Amino acid sequence: MTTENLVYERPEAFTEMPTHYCPGCTHGVAHRLVAEVLDEMGIVDKTIGVAPVGCAVFAYNYFDTDFVEAPHGRAPAMATGVKRVLPDRVVFTYQGDGDLASIGMGEIVHAAARGENITVIFINNANYGMTGGQMAPTTLPGMKTSSSQSGRDVETQGYPIKVSEMLSTLEGVGYCARRSLHDPKNIRLAKKAIRTAFETQVRGLGFSMVELLSTCPTNWGMTPVNALKFVEERMIPAYPLGDYKISDAIKQIKV
Amino acid sequence: MAAKGWIEVSDTYCKGCELCISACPQGVMELNMAHLTPKGYHPAHTFKDGCTGCAICAVVCPDAAITVYREMTKAVAATAAPA
Repeated sequence: MTTENLVYERPEAFTEMPTHYCPGCTHGVAHRLVAEVLDEMGIVDKTIGVAPVGCAVFAYNYFDTDFVEAPHGRAPAMATGVKRVLPDRVVFTYQGDGDLASIGMGEIVHAAARGENITVIFINNANYGMTGGQMAPTTLPGMKTSSSQSGRDVETQGYPIKVSEMLSTLEGVGYCARRSLHDPKNIRLAKKAIRTAFETQVRGLGFSMVELLSTCPTNWGMTPVNALKFVEERMIPAYPLGDYKISDAIKQIKV
Repeated sequence: MAAKGWIEVSDTYCKGCELCISACPQGVMELNMAHLTPKGYHPAHTFKDGCTGCAICAVVCPDAAITVYREMTKAVAATAAPA
């Protein structure tokens, strides 16, 4: 009889490929949560992911599911097509803030307004990570980036866009929530939200999106541990966590 | 008595980001400065006893590099493996 008991191992929905993300980047945590949810729901074989342009551009290397690569910002449009042609598949997009909230703002708003039955995982790390940390629509007021070197000036550059709040006003949205990845408790809450989002899609209850507050230690110029503190102290006050829209049918789902 | 656990950190995936070290409630993890992974990082390891197998290190690990085991107590073992 064995005396050892496995508590946690790498999700089966992952391939063997190590990620290219910088050490301590919470993109990896978001990937892992999606993989764990796909494993738990047993839908790996019928899932199609849509990869964005941005740091997560190589997401198709890491998930053991079918994947397509969308042009910059166009992942919700591509996911719409995939889902309409193959309605029995589970289709999700994985997008950053430069991709979703900037060039792809039109696509995400209209996919949500149409109530497309897809799931969107939105990573908000307050800058364009892949291209060198330029200012994104989600950059905090006063935050220094490589293209706002004296801090974001709201008089000329405007205020950050709160995507979850904005999309939650649309009729087609079934589930819309914001979570953070800065400590174990919030990571577990984020996993539950991702599970609810995929359950929403499997039951055909409309568009679902989970916004995840994430770190970018390299471009923020911080250690990974300090970057988590920055999320807790600076980003959460600007982007409050919570469920922004949850339809009555989705409230019945027990996860 | 607290549960006894242990972890295995994969050299392939660990990037030495130290998130697990700051999250470990028992404070039994550190970077192994005597060892380099093939990618050139110092991987995390447990440097003393006290791991309870709570898996919080695995929950915060961005690279899914940590596998967690916990020693089976006699009561659990009796229900898990029927004779």
